Amino acid sequence: MHIIKKGVMPNDDEYESMMAARHTPGIHKKLKEGKVAIAGLGGLGSNISVMLARIGVGKLLLVDFDVVEPSNLNRQHYDLTHLGMLKTDALKNQLNKINPFIETETCNLKVTEENVMMIFNDYPIVCEAFDNPQYKAMLVNALLEQGEKRIVAASGMAGFDSANNIKTKQRFKNLYICGDFKTPAQEGTGLMAPRVGVCAAHQANMVLRLLLNIEKA
Amino acid sequence: MIVNGKEIVLQKEISIMDFLKKQGYDTTKVAVEKNGDIVSRKKFETEILLDIDKIEIVCFVGGG
Repeated sequence: MHIIKKGVMPNDDEYESMMAARHTPGIHKKLKEGKVAIAGLGGLGSNISVMLARIGVGKLLLVDFDVVEPSNLNRQHYDLTHLGMLKTDALKNQLNKINPFIETETCNLKVTEENVMMIFNDYPIVCEAFDNPQYKAMLVNALLEQGEKRIVAASGMAGFDSANNIKTKQRFKNLYICGDFKTPAQEGTGLMAPRVGVCAAHQANMVLRLLLNIEKA
Repeated sequence: MIVNGKEIVLQKEISIMDFLKKQGYDTTKVAVEKNGDIVSRKKFETEILLDIDKIEIVCFVGGG
């Protein structure tokens, strides 16, 4: 039992045991052994990464080539101090402050069919968190064709339709998709923090379930 | 043939590419599983569908 004193940082061992105490011991261990890649660090990926860091997933790979822009702040897990920074660096800094006991790797490449296995090789679970539907399809196809990966993807989370319409479905043997499956980002239905956040939480929850060997969506 | 859980009568053999186009899919945004296995996008033109097949088609919309 550790007691936090105001203004005094707990040491690493104390902090780690406090974090572990939040979980049943077996669950903490399984999550700590987990390795998850997040492809795209926008509204979905930045929020998924934060949730996975908070629950103590042991190793995260953060993949994005973009920098933080003002238009990102309506839904993505960045603030004004991050403007102009690489998203990988801005997010890694935040994750280190939230949970310093996990490992975070970064990759600043644009994902292509050719480099997909080089980038994701060590990660059995990949979150597809891109914006562009062609890139979503490219990543999912390349991962399913070239490797034995579990993919948790997203499709349809723009606008302000009911949050209850966002679901998690297992569509293929190794492919789960979260979203309402129909609402693209376009004029009148932009991407907004609440529904994007709901969808990100669906993806993070499916990753959590897979790490605990639960395959049902 | 079963497509996304629904039965469709397939009059004659058809390539996956032609089937997708006929159904109105944008083939750059899809992934297809046939009888439980992913179909490489490079094989959409040559892979032929039969009435006994079971396929799942996923089509992505933008946003993230």
